[in-house]
Amino acid sequence: MTEHLIDPIPWLIVLPLAWAAATFLLGPRRGARLAIAGLGGQLLLALLLAAQLLTEGAQLHAVGGWDAPLGIELVADGLSVVMLLLTQSVTLSLAIYARAYFAQTGQGAAAIWFWPLTGFLLAGMNALLLSADLFNLYVTLELVSLAAVALVAAGGGRAQVTAALHYLLVSLAASGTYLVGVALIYGVYGSVSIATLTPLVQASTSPAIWLAAGLMALGLMAKSALFPFHFWLPPAHGGAPAPVSALLSALVVKAAFYLVLRLTLTVFAPLAEAGADLLGLLGAVAILWGSWQALRATHLKTLVAWSTVAQLGYLFLIFPLLAPDGLALQAGTMQAVAHGLAKAAMFTAVGVLVLSTGRDTLDGLAGVAGRVPLTLFAFALSGVTLMGLPPSGGFLAKWLLIDAALRQGKWGWAALVIIGGLLAAAYVFRVLRQAFLLAPETVRFHSVPRSLEWVAFGLAVASILLGLRGMELIRLLGIEFAP
Amino acid sequence: MTLNETLPLTLLTSSLLPGLVIFALPESSISLRTALNLFGALAKLALVGVLLAGVQAGESYGFRYAVLPGIELVLKADALALLFVTLSAVLWLFTTVYAIGYLEGSPHRSRFFGFFSLCVTATTGVAMAGNLFSFFVFYELLTLATYPLVVHRGTAAAMRGGTIYLTYTLIGGALLLTGIVWLYSLIGQSEFTHGGVVSTLGPEYARQLQIIFFLLIAGLGVKAALVPLHGWLPQAMVAPAPVSALLHAVAVVKAGAFGIVRIVYEVYGVEFAQLLNLLTPLAVTATITIIWGSFRALFQDDLKKRLAYSTVSQVSYIVLGVALFGPIGTIGGLVHLVHQGIMKITLFFCAGNYAETLGIHKVSEMNGVGRRMPLSTLAFSIGALGMIGAPLTAGAISKTWLINGATAAGMDWAVWALWISSLLNAAYFLPILWRAWMKPLPATWPHEHILAHKRRETSWLLLLPPLGTASAVLIVGLFADAAWSPLAWAQFIAEREYLQGAP
Repeated sequence: MTEHLIDPIPWLIVLPLAWAAATFLLGPRRGARLAIAGLGGQLLLALLLAAQLLTEGAQLHAVGGWDAPLGIELVADGLSVVMLLLTQSVTLSLAIYARAYFAQTGQGAAAIWFWPLTGFLLAGMNALLLSADLFNLYVTLELVSLAAVALVAAGGGRAQVTAALHYLLVSLAASGTYLVGVALIYGVYGSVSIATLTPLVQASTSPAIWLAAGLMALGLMAKSALFPFHFWLPPAHGGAPAPVSALLSALVVKAAFYLVLRLTLTVFAPLAEAGADLLGLLGAVAILWGSWQALRATHLKTLVAWSTVAQLGYLFLIFPLLAPDGLALQAGTMQAVAHGLAKAAMFTAVGVLVLSTGRDTLDGLAGVAGRVPLTLFAFALSGVTLMGLPPSGGFLAKWLLIDAALRQGKWGWAALVIIGGLLAAAYVFRVLRQAFLLAPETVRFHSVPRSLEWVAFGLAVASILLGLRGMELIRLLGIEFAP
Repeated sequence: MTLNETLPLTLLTSSLLPGLVIFALPESSISLRTALNLFGALAKLALVGVLLAGVQAGESYGFRYAVLPGIELVLKADALALLFVTLSAVLWLFTTVYAIGYLEGSPHRSRFFGFFSLCVTATTGVAMAGNLFSFFVFYELLTLATYPLVVHRGTAAAMRGGTIYLTYTLIGGALLLTGIVWLYSLIGQSEFTHGGVVSTLGPEYARQLQIIFFLLIAGLGVKAALVPLHGWLPQAMVAPAPVSALLHAVAVVKAGAFGIVRIVYEVYGVEFAQLLNLLTPLAVTATITIIWGSFRALFQDDLKKRLAYSTVSQVSYIVLGVALFGPIGTIGGLVHLVHQGIMKITLFFCAGNYAETLGIHKVSEMNGVGRRMPLSTLAFSIGALGMIGAPLTAGAISKTWLINGATAAGMDWAVWALWISSLLNAAYFLPILWRAWMKPLPATWPHEHILAHKRRETSWLLLLPPLGTASAVLIVGLFADAAWSPLAWAQFIAEREYLQGAP
């Protein structure tokens, strides 16, 4: 491996920690500027890392110069770098949004806590994406979850605290389950390093490993809000301030999914086949149930939160379809990225609509098409991605998923993807339809800073443009780590 | 990038770019918006002229771009694409002028013209798509771009029409997508090719290919309004008149019909489709649609609804022409793609004029309208006579070729169906003409918005487009033998299909 002037891997973890601490001291106003600068730097680092991967292959970093098993190893392969890029770019946009948003709604507790908590969340997220052993993954996942719970609670309202409490309880139970699994594996194989464990598990699968895999999967399913563990998500995501909802729905739930995927591809590959159909089935139910609830929702943010439940279902559909051709993996990653961008766009757009109409109900939307057209356009574009209509990242994801299913002759999954898309269209157009109605004369709209509208629009456009160019993403994804 | 690669892309951009700029324009900058609209329409027309000359001289224009490994976005301006592109470019110009007059003083015009331009961009893309992936991208873009136009007025009726439209087209799109991805999973990426591409698969795939064909045609049939998938079209009538005109003549229904042309000729290949016994069911469906649409049109008092059912019927002439095995039917179908567009847009322009000028929405209100609005009614009459297939009009040319094609293919029932449909066309159009020209004027009109002023029966921007397209109906009928006529171009395409498609 060649020596670099800057090794982006440790900086991607240190930088957010640094600005998180600093914003705590500086207060929300100056802190916001620092956070945005820090996030800009992180995005550059992630891009630098992507460039390194494309030229030199996967990267390894031994923390403090100590190699495993003594030290901590950080690994960046294609999958992690794609997720890193998504995380930095979405959070940067959301930070710009949050700054204007909190300036509009007042710098209350939610604003004061937003910046440091987001920094810790990002540090955890980046560390999680770069970690290469089961215990580190546990620690980082915990950091992400706690920061996320705190972000929900920081809203301060009674409903938000209740939602945060439920979220916390689920999260703790899930972490506990996961940790027991890790302990079991350590007991059997004496290691937690993914690279060490993968060949060992392949050579001999003991009954304990089955139990461990089951426990870990259970914990991760709960954290990623897969049906039937989704109940905590709509109140938590629907109740938080718009930038927080966006952060949670776009990125945080994907962390647990990333772990399931990572472990399925490595340590638990020999066992994966047994559980794959179950994961797929739960994903299928999530799509149907989440969409159904979104169709019934009367509040905008609840609708979007239920849509997250449904869209996460697609991510789990890939497990029964994982095959050497890599189509399902590509589909899953594409969906994760497309949904990340689109859901951030949708929550930020909804945030603008709520500020503008002063209400969070669907009924209150009449006349929005004429008054806040840019934001409605952003909502519609992100909706196009969720429906999987072209041209959008969501469309490419669905195309790949259907292709993967049909090549293996698994018709049911293909049909499900199609039906899920139609259901998404139904709930997205519920909103648009309402927005195109003529407003009664008495309705007054509040003016909203343009920067809020443009962030939502930019994110939505990004989710669309992804559908015109998926080559780089697929190329990055093909870069695997060979220890 | 060479010029031959850039041109198709520029053709798309000529409407996309003005559209995007128009979105950003404030409502009040009327002259800039009008200038952009007209500039886009004229630039597109000029580009089409260049392409037409080039293709006739044997040039090939194409642009490709990788979206995913093994999946490319391909734009190809071949002879068939240009048939549709030319139609849409010409009619876009007319409709733009008309829409500027029609929407004068109404709200949300920037939004309207923005989506209007997107709609034409999507249609151009549908025409030039070089493979099924690209076709689908633009086909669905068309669905999305037309929705805001259909619900433009924001009334409850508009919303209902819009929802029905979306329900049909999105489900149709889902079927189409299933068929396309299935085909990709069998043969990988393949471009539209004369004579088709799927015949390379062995006979063990025959059953699968039949199912795929069914899925594809069902998906496209929604937009082409094949019975029983036509239910959305009469409901979409709530849209403003220029939108209806565009929907019925160029954009939506034509995209469906054009897709069927591509599938039959350039994916399956007409011979192979015949071999798989796919053409006869398609011809039967088209025939049923032709008769059913005409029959339903008889009972509509709402003028636009009557025209809508007439569209249901007339678009299936194209499908029937495609499904008739033989070059004569092909020519009939292809030329009708153009002819139906010119005739139907004339009728919709006139219907819009009646509504905007006098508040007439129903056939029963049209007594004596020919005296109040002679020029509009003249244009309407030419369009209606064309639809019936009266001599000297464009409609006569299409019907002659279709009937000869059916005879050549030995499908006597199709010949009968065409005759019956012509009689029904006469039965629902001639009474309108009789009312308009022969009945006495009523004392008052339902709602007179625009007063007559000397020889000006309505605003010029509303009057000139239908007069232009009505003249076109006569010109392409009278000069069908000329080298530049749509008929000559359809013959040019059919020659290639049957020469190169021959095994």
